[in-house]
Amino acid sequence: MTASDRWLLPDGVEDILPPLAGQIESLRREIMDNYQRWGYQLVIPPLIEYLESLLTGTGNDLALQTFKLTDQLTGRMMGVRADMTPQAARIDAHTLRQDGVTRLCYAGHVLHTRPQHMLTGRTPIQAGCELFGSASAEADLEVIRLMLETMRIAGLPRVHLDLAHVAIYQQLISAANLDRDTELAIFDAMRRKSVPELDELLGDYTAGTPAARLRELARLSGGPEVLAQARKVLAGAPEQALKALDELTVASEAIAEAYPEVSLGFDFCELRGYNYHTGLVFGAYSPDHGQAVAQGGRYDAIGEDFGRARPATGFSADIRALVALGQRSQKSSQGKIWAPAVAEAGLQAAITELRRTETVLQALPDDGDVSPETRGCDRQLIKRDGQWVVESLNG
Amino acid sequence: MTDSITIALSKGRILKETLPLLSEAGIEPVDDIEKSRKLVFPTTDPSVRLLIIRATDVPTYVQYGGADLGVTGKDVLMEHGGAGLYEPLDLNIARCRLMTAGPVGKVSPAGRLRVATKFVNLARQYYASQGRQADIIKLYGAMELAPILNLADEIVDIVDTGNTLKANGLEPREHIAHISTRLVANRASMKMKHQKLHPIIEQLGEAVNRRRAD
Repeated sequence: MTASDRWLLPDGVEDILPPLAGQIESLRREIMDNYQRWGYQLVIPPLIEYLESLLTGTGNDLALQTFKLTDQLTGRMMGVRADMTPQAARIDAHTLRQDGVTRLCYAGHVLHTRPQHMLTGRTPIQAGCELFGSASAEADLEVIRLMLETMRIAGLPRVHLDLAHVAIYQQLISAANLDRDTELAIFDAMRRKSVPELDELLGDYTAGTPAARLRELARLSGGPEVLAQARKVLAGAPEQALKALDELTVASEAIAEAYPEVSLGFDFCELRGYNYHTGLVFGAYSPDHGQAVAQGGRYDAIGEDFGRARPATGFSADIRALVALGQRSQKSSQGKIWAPAVAEAGLQAAITELRRTETVLQALPDDGDVSPETRGCDRQLIKRDGQWVVESLNG
Repeated sequence: MTDSITIALSKGRILKETLPLLSEAGIEPVDDIEKSRKLVFPTTDPSVRLLIIRATDVPTYVQYGGADLGVTGKDVLMEHGGAGLYEPLDLNIARCRLMTAGPVGKVSPAGRLRVATKFVNLARQYYASQGRQADIIKLYGAMELAPILNLADEIVDIVDTGNTLKANGLEPREHIAHISTRLVANRASMKMKHQKLHPIIEQLGEAVNRRRAD
C-alpha cells in the first residue's frame, strides 16, 4: 500500500472544506427554513433501503444511478438512495397516510454510481419539496414558485425556467400506433432532438397525422411565442394533448406575471423522467451551467405502487450547484474574538457571555505563537482594571 | 455561457466542408484557421467564436456547456452515446459508412470474434445486436494492420472509398451505419439561448438544403 492509497478518495467523491462547507450549510438552513414557512414538513428518510421501494415506478435511469448491496440480515438487495423523491412518495403513500394535501421537504446526501455533471461529483446534496394529494394547476404552480424562490435565495443571477408537458408526447405517440421498437427509437431520437432521425423514422407523412405532429413538435422550442405555434400544430390532436397544452399555457402566464425577471422557455422534446412523470415538468437553468440546476414535475402514478394512488408534484435541487452558481451575499460576519490561555473564572464568564452572539476563540497553552489574525480574529479579550473587555486587535 | 455563442469544430475534412456552410449563416473566422496554431477564433459575428478541438472531444465540450454548438461525425456521436446532447441537424457532409471488414477470402471463426476498432462501444453494441460475442481490442489508428498481424479477426472502421482496405488486403463486410457530419447543441444552451441559436441552426439548415438541391 502506497501513501496515496491511504488518502486518495474515489472519483467524484470529495471532502467539502471551509469556507465552502459553511456556505453550503448556511444555504441549506435558509432554504429549509423557507420551505417550512411555506408549510412543508421536514422528513429525514434513511440513506439506505430495499431496492424495490427505492426504484418503484422510476424506471431504468434511477436503477443505473443506484449503488446496490446485499442486506446481511435478509439477503435482500438494498440500495443507497440516488434520489429522495421516491422516499418522500413512499412516506406519503404508505407511512403518513394523511388525507388531503401533504407537503414534505427534505435535504441530504444522495449517492450516484456515475457523476451526472462535473460540478456535482457522485455525492450531491439534494434538497427538495414534494406536494401530495392535489392534482390542481395551483399545486404545480406552488411548487414552481417555491423552486424559483430557492433560486432567489441562492442568489442565481439569471434564471431560465423551462416548461414542458409529457402528456403531449404521450398522446401523440400512442395515437400514432407504432410498433414498440419504432416507438423506442422515436423516443430516443426525440430526446436528442435529432430532427434528421425523426424524419427518417416517421417517414412520409400527410399533415395532421400524429406522426406529422411529432415531427413538427421536435422542431418547436423557444420562448412563449412557440405556444401559439404548438397550438396550430396540435389542432385536431387528441383532447388530452390539447388539455396539456392549456395547462402549459396557464402555468406560463401565471409565472410570467409573478416572476417577470425569469425568462421562460418551452421544449416539446423534453422527455426527462418520462417513465414516471405524468404532467407538467419544469427545470431551472442558469448561465454557465450546462444542465438544470433544479428540476421537477408531476408524477401521479408512483403512490399507487405503495398502495395508494396520490396526485404528486415536486422539485429538487443540488445545493452544491446552487452555492457554486449563486452570487449569494455572505453575511458580513465580524471577525472572531481572541481570548488568552488564562484559567480564570472571570475570563470564563466573559467568554460564555460573549458566545451567546459572538465567536470566541480561546488560546490553548500549547498553541504556539500563532497570531490571532491568522485565526480570523479581529478583536481580543483583555483585562483592564480587573475587568475583561473586548478591544480591537489593532488598537 | 454568457450571451456569446461558442461553436466547437475540428480540423481536417469536417472543418473544410463546414466553413462554407457557416459562412452562409453569416459566420466567418477572422483568421485562417488552417494556418494558425490558435485554438479559439473570433468571427465576423462579434458574438460568435469558434473553438478548434479534436473531433472526439466535441461531444464532451458541448455536453458540459464548454461550447453551445458543435460539429462532429455521427460515428463519434454514436460512440459517445449522445447523452445530454441535441442533434438538430444533419449537415450532410463528410459522408461515409461505418463497416466491418476482414481479410479477403478469409472466413471469420465461429464463436468468439476478436475485433479491433477505435469505436469500442459501437462495436460491442453492433456484435451484440447480431447475437455474436466479440472481444473488442481498442486501437487508436491503423486498424487495417490488426487482422494482418493476427491481432484481430475483423475490424470496425469508417469506410469512404475502400482504398485503404484494398491496399491492405481487406474487404468490407457488413454495413453498420451511414455516417455524416452532425450539428450538436448543448441542451441548456438550446433552452436559454434559443433566440441566438435558432437563427444559426435555421440558416445552416437552409444552406444544407440548397446544397442537396444542387
